[in-house]
Amino acid sequence: MAEIKNYTLNFGPAHPAAHGVLRLVLEMDGEVIQRADPHIGLLHRGTEKLAESKPYNQSIGYMDRLDYVSMMCNEHGYVLALEKMLGIEAPIRAQYIRTMFDEITRILNHLLWIGAHALDVGAMTMFLYAFREREDLMDIYEAVSGARLHATYYRPGGVYRDLPDTMPLHETSRWTNDADVKRLNANRGGSVLDFIEDFTQRFPKYVDEYETLLTDNRIWKQRLVDIGIVSPERALQLGLTGAMLRGSGVEWDLRKKQPYAMYDQVDFDIPVGVNGDSYDRYLVRIEEMRQSNNIIKQCVDWLKKNPGSVMHEDHKITPPPREKMKGDMEALIHHFKLATEGYCLPEGEAYAAIEHPKGEFGCYIVSDGANKPYRLKVRAPGFAHMSAMDELTKGHMLADVVTVIGTMDIVFGEVDR
Amino acid sequence: MSVSLQTLKSHIDDTQGEKLQQSTIALNELTIEVAPDDLLEISTFLHDDEACAFEQLIDVCGVDYLTYGSTEWETGGSGFSRGVKREFSFDADEQDETVEFDGKRFAVVMHLLSVKHNQRIRVKCYCDDNDFPRVDSVESIWGSANWFERETFDMFGILFNGHPDLRRILTDYGFIGHPFRKDFPLIGHVDMRYDEEQKRVIYEPVSIEDRTLVPRVIRKDQRFTPAVEGDE
Repeated sequence: MAEIKNYTLNFGPAHPAAHGVLRLVLEMDGEVIQRADPHIGLLHRGTEKLAESKPYNQSIGYMDRLDYVSMMCNEHGYVLALEKMLGIEAPIRAQYIRTMFDEITRILNHLLWIGAHALDVGAMTMFLYAFREREDLMDIYEAVSGARLHATYYRPGGVYRDLPDTMPLHETSRWTNDADVKRLNANRGGSVLDFIEDFTQRFPKYVDEYETLLTDNRIWKQRLVDIGIVSPERALQLGLTGAMLRGSGVEWDLRKKQPYAMYDQVDFDIPVGVNGDSYDRYLVRIEEMRQSNNIIKQCVDWLKKNPGSVMHEDHKITPPPREKMKGDMEALIHHFKLATEGYCLPEGEAYAAIEHPKGEFGCYIVSDGANKPYRLKVRAPGFAHMSAMDELTKGHMLADVVTVIGTMDIVFGEVDR
Repeated sequence: MSVSLQTLKSHIDDTQGEKLQQSTIALNELTIEVAPDDLLEISTFLHDDEACAFEQLIDVCGVDYLTYGSTEWETGGSGFSRGVKREFSFDADEQDETVEFDGKRFAVVMHLLSVKHNQRIRVKCYCDDNDFPRVDSVESIWGSANWFERETFDMFGILFNGHPDLRRILTDYGFIGHPFRKDFPLIGHVDMRYDEEQKRVIYEPVSIEDRTLVPRVIRKDQRFTPAVEGDE
């Protein structure tokens, strides 16, 4: 028999299944992986250093660009850390809006994850299905913030503005004829909340569709079952959070255990896995989408009944309404100070964490009392997940690397920061 | 939660009292400060002790205290680049003197989480040597420390004794310097571009100018200061 030597395989840095710019150096024995050495940092932009040179509010936009498929959740983590240090709390309506958008974002993230993950292991249709629903959710993003992806919607002390009363309508163009426009606008007659409610009614059926395609699919199961098994002890040891931890059977969800925003007021369950393999993590995330849908429903009900303010009243921190600036000297001064200098945080440090779609997303802020952070550290869940890559792929086949990358739900914006 | 946080604090104070430099509860978060020599021992305790049971290391990061508390209010030179002091030169002789700094410059901050008790703690450790900052690696206790410590080394140049694989992680291959140090300029030192004549990628001294758009100011806000003396 011929002698077979170990050899090194370079995977990436621009491989379509690497979900971004990941260079993996794999030491192989035949087709079996002996060691995986991920080289990250190809998307390193120094977000934390940039934030040090800007007033606090100007960095909210950077947070969107960390994990660029769950934008508003990143903002939430940052804004919570600021609010903790300022000692303020957003009005209840703003907190409900945040809860709702966190869950919309969770569905957005999981849809991209399931689409890309399925595409990686050979199921083309899923991607198209998932993007069909993402379109509606991004329209909601656009309706409230003007941007489809990088919303910059949350502010310390609330959210930028209240939910609009009308949903923007499609217009006829070179690409859409009258019949198309009529179909697209069918459920956009009411307010944004009506549109979201309509979505929550449609969505469970869509999830059923995904499950018909995947859950009992023989190929899907062959590719996922028993791939990348993590025991609960190892999961804790490796710093895994979110669905990666719950897939191993650890019942840990910050929304339940350390509630923020309005999560203690809404009703939902935490799904957990049993075997800790990729298939269990898939089931966990599918169930999370259903739970998120329920949370959104509850928030919509509350928001429809309870109008109110969405911004904190302290105008040393939040800008006064535009109309007021025209006639009120003090409002004008407040606006001028906020625009030219921002606000100062008291000296000290704080860490605030949220249950991000991918795991625990935390912001650690050190302030020396200035209008810019002295140090901002972003704790990204993907970074810890990526560091477990070696352990998860060891002994698996080359094709399973793709499954493991998919199941970890890696986005390089947050890994590299 | 704050009651149990107080219990946790007194438990740690009682058992590890002499090793703690400080332990405080601020903003509902418990912070303990330890010396680099005791870090490993305290970490083992926090991980193994039944009442602590911090199974998870959430985060490790560095902090550079070089310019702590300094502002950019004085203007000098052109308007937009106010607040920028240093002119960088690749010639070592022309370089500015290193900024004078008393006290400990680098700190390593760890955030721990106990899934069992639903508890968090922050462990802070100031490095003794400013030129050659070193602490012990906690990789043997928490596996997740591996990459977090690599990142801290890459960004701040803090060395971790006993780390199995202390390579750079986020910066480019062949990168020089530690970018998150306060004396590393925001715009960096080098530009990279493809040179048409040499037919390869070349590095050049950075061509843009550093500037400060909003100066850094520190305002004493009365709302955040505790009640004035005699006013209690």
